[in-house]
Amino acid sequence: MEYEAVIGLEVHAQVHTRSKMFCACPVVPDTGNLPPNTYVCPVCLALPGALPVVNRQAVALGIRAALALHCAVQPLSVFARKSYFYPDLPKGYQITQYAHPLARNGYLEVDVSQRFCRIGITRIHLEEDTGKLYHGNDGTRVDFNRAGVPLLEIVSEPDMRSPDEARAYAMALRDVLVYLGLNTGDMEKGMIRFEANVSIRPQGSGTLGTRTEIKNLNSFRALSRAVDAEIARQIAILNSGGQVTLKTLGWDAAGEQLFVQRNKEQAHDYRYFPDPDIPPLAVTPEWVASIAASLPELPRARKARWVAHYGLREEDAALLVPDRALAGYFEAAVKHGLGCGVAPQDVANWMTGEVFRLLKARTSGITGARVSPERLAALLRLLYVEDAINVASAKKILEVMFETGESPERVVERLGLSQISDPALLEAVATRVIRDSPTQVAQYLDGKEPLIGWFVGQIMRETRGKAEPGQAQEIARVFLERERSNRF
Amino acid sequence: MENESITSLTREEVERIAVLAHLSLSDAEVALYREQLSVILAHAARLQAVDAGGTLPPAAVGRRPVLREDEPGATLSREEALFNGPDCDAGCFRVPPVKAME
Amino acid sequence: MIALCDLTAHEALDLLRSGEITSVALTASALDRILAVDNDVCAYLTLTPEQALAEASAADALRRAGQDLPLLGIPVAFKDNLSTRGIPTSCGSRMLDGYVPPYDATVVRRVKEAGAVVLGKTNMDAFAMGSSTENSAFFPTHNPWDLARVPGGSSGGSAAAVAAGEALLALGSDTGGSVRQPAALCGVVGVRPTYGLCSRYGLIAFASSLDQVGPVARDVTDAALLLGVIAGHDPADSTSRLDSGSDYTAYLARKDLAGLRVGVLQSHPEDGIQAEVADATRRALKTLRDLGAELVDVSLPHGVYALSTYYLIAPAEASANLARFDGVRYGFRAAADTVEALFSRARGAGFGPEVKRRIMLGTYALSAGYYEAFYIQAQKVRTLIRADFDAAFEAVDVIVGPTSPTTAFMLGERVADPLEMYRADALTLSQALAGIPAISVPCGFDAAGLPVGLQITAPEMQELRMLQVAFAFEQATDWHRRRPSLIESS
Ligand SMILES: [Zn+2]
Repeated sequence: MEYEAVIGLEVHAQVHTRSKMFCACPVVPDTGNLPPNTYVCPVCLALPGALPVVNRQAVALGIRAALALHCAVQPLSVFARKSYFYPDLPKGYQITQYAHPLARNGYLEVDVSQRFCRIGITRIHLEEDTGKLYHGNDGTRVDFNRAGVPLLEIVSEPDMRSPDEARAYAMALRDVLVYLGLNTGDMEKGMIRFEANVSIRPQGSGTLGTRTEIKNLNSFRALSRAVDAEIARQIAILNSGGQVTLKTLGWDAAGEQLFVQRNKEQAHDYRYFPDPDIPPLAVTPEWVASIAASLPELPRARKARWVAHYGLREEDAALLVPDRALAGYFEAAVKHGLGCGVAPQDVANWMTGEVFRLLKARTSGITGARVSPERLAALLRLLYVEDAINVASAKKILEVMFETGESPERVVERLGLSQISDPALLEAVATRVIRDSPTQVAQYLDGKEPLIGWFVGQIMRETRGKAEPGQAQEIARVFLERERSNRF
Repeated sequence: MENESITSLTREEVERIAVLAHLSLSDAEVALYREQLSVILAHAARLQAVDAGGTLPPAAVGRRPVLREDEPGATLSREEALFNGPDCDAGCFRVPPVKAME
Repeated sequence: MIALCDLTAHEALDLLRSGEITSVALTASALDRILAVDNDVCAYLTLTPEQALAEASAADALRRAGQDLPLLGIPVAFKDNLSTRGIPTSCGSRMLDGYVPPYDATVVRRVKEAGAVVLGKTNMDAFAMGSSTENSAFFPTHNPWDLARVPGGSSGGSAAAVAAGEALLALGSDTGGSVRQPAALCGVVGVRPTYGLCSRYGLIAFASSLDQVGPVARDVTDAALLLGVIAGHDPADSTSRLDSGSDYTAYLARKDLAGLRVGVLQSHPEDGIQAEVADATRRALKTLRDLGAELVDVSLPHGVYALSTYYLIAPAEASANLARFDGVRYGFRAAADTVEALFSRARGAGFGPEVKRRIMLGTYALSAGYYEAFYIQAQKVRTLIRADFDAAFEAVDVIVGPTSPTTAFMLGERVADPLEMYRADALTLSQALAGIPAISVPCGFDAAGLPVGLQITAPEMQELRMLQVAFAFEQATDWHRRRPSLIESS
């Protein structure tokens, strides 16, 4: 029998705030590497008597995500207590939103291998992270620096049908969250974590099979590999006449294996109830409207606009869009370039080629680059519009610009890289090269025509690279042919 | 009383609640709480008779919280944070192995 | 001969301001009284005498420098569920024996900032669960009027300390009557403020939607003074009201009660009101009528459900509030091989029987399958009780009745029967559920010479009206001037 997979994802994303969800403890980028228990206070350490107070910015960012994902922001949402015991959970309950989440009923449009699909978003809610455990031979150590860091949980509908779709949705969602300034997108630091619900059913069936849950997926690769493995496992069970049972699974990323975390009979009774320490949260239409007004263009729309308006190749646009700072840089360079005749595709080629290469060698990223978009455009103008430099020079100039922060004109002048476009000068060089290389001339005239490249190289060397290679080749060819007619 | 079925607790129910609440109870305590909780719950069962049809819990009609601006503030020093910890090591609170819980 | 510690706070402040006494002398007098009677009364869990004398001397220095503050130099006590930086805070439980908070509760900070001198921390039923202070893990407190009897609870230590002159003022906390009932049983004044008027930050939570900190004092003026100091918005408590506190003492006096409509509740036979309590209440109502008030019968149709409602909501919230006591970061630690065993044993051994009973009850009420029937239904009935009060306050300005169905009962008398013990709060629960203020003031004595308390309930945020009525009653009577005989013999 042919089976079809039904996949839903729960995504936990850290909300990029300066302080924690319910207390004023600072949230710093590298919480994992801080000395343990140094970013804690009575609230996040759950000392007796301490009380939570909701971080306004966390709510605002949650609303931002909700709007970007076309959700209905709920006028009233309720923080609830989810009770369970674990040493990394200081209060014995997690404050989360349960019956009344921040937002409901949205969607995200995703491109999966040239196909477009719309993945439904069931709900979005705010909650707090737990502390961190370090397991050792002499016991488990607990650090609460991370306890209380705000998280956004985004729950999808079971709308995905393959590991590829799940992965594409996860990546698109990551891009959106990064664009909104809500999350750094840094998977290695656990800024986004996934949980997948997987079931299978006969192709075309309308009913849902028994689903299993895979927890703690920390990379896109882990996500698609784990879902793939789980689909295979479930198909094998059904094919051998067995039945899939409710389970919570984990993924061993190193061994690429699923393992059982919990069976159904151990299911928790979380005893959710509204947290009496936090009255229901009211979100006014005015607040939603002001956040809507500041919503940036989202990655997918931006990509489509670039392809339509700039005539960009789809794959280049896809490379340039996800990093919002980089995309902004590109867009600014394109705007400057359009003003002086540089084609957007040329800007894109330089961005994905040289600029990416130069950025890779540096750690500061595009925001720390010493070359402004305007100056990148100016460089490309010298290359493509004014023919004042050649490609090799342009690459060299750009590298110097990254080092020193100088303007392209200044670098050209300082290093004497402006292209020789005076034909008389080139002709003089060509004459000299031909005169000094009788052996090579004889070989060329004997029919070894690819040797033309050697002559071009000599001309380039003589001009210290300032000759335009096409022009150099043309002159070399004309002069060699003239030599042939002179000899016969 | 009105709702005998849900208010007379079995021993197993009392034990299940004790597990949920993470309270180790002696057999005598289980027996005592079984009896006392049954009496209290039987008394509470009279609430089932109240017609509260469209009524909302007070939280839904009450006031709204004041939100906190996203400004980082003071933290405890590590000495203060760990001061009351019964077992601390390497800047952390220490507990017996956690593996056995799964 | 009256000792300085038997003065009310406002009397003492007058003498401090006129320079007739010093805070050091006043504080020493309170410490002497503690030394003399606390072996019998057992009101305190922790004493801070050296610190108190140092604070007193600092207060005197400030005063000499020309400064004044609302409570400058007044010795006070805090219930042991209020977090005090650097002073052990056990909440009356073995679970928190030895715990020292690194921060002050907001109300504690406000009282200290108002210049008060801290004498120590008072005994209580563990985690404020109880009506007799017999659920303290350490020892019961005894009623200063009869040492064989309970002081009420859970703020029994605070009420007994104020009654016996072991503190001029004290703070307690009231979840279902825990300030008012012990105040009534100890013959002092106790206030439960409107929910949200006083910050809960640093008050070790029992039932978050019901807990309120309130003053215990020897007369209405003192209660008004202390309430004014602790009231007002606190950004650290999301349930704190935006209203600021006010100087309630400035507006206490009213010529008479002409035009005041006083609601009188018909008592329910199930309340089990002692005949002498009913008599004292009747006489008090007559006093109010003599002052010009008009008595109007009112009813709270859902009042009979208050006990059941309370004993579902409070334990449910408590079951989650007390989940943080797991032996990891503070508190009682049990030997165990696994974390699971650590949690269960630390909690099994660290919590006393009443706390465990309520955690069990609350866990049950929130567990799958029972949540709707118990917790949600109780919350709805709570809304109906509140609506009953709203309707009653259409017709009356305050509601007046007894605070406690009985006077102080014997130590040990009700320990074995939790439901019987719970009935001690029968008359104080509905105000807590409705979130409205109420005060207990002395209104007489029974044949055994035990005090009776009169409860005055006002609409939300009408503390001033409530205090004015209480003050007028107090001015027309002298019950509040009586002191337990224990004092004279000390
Ligand atoms: Zn914190």
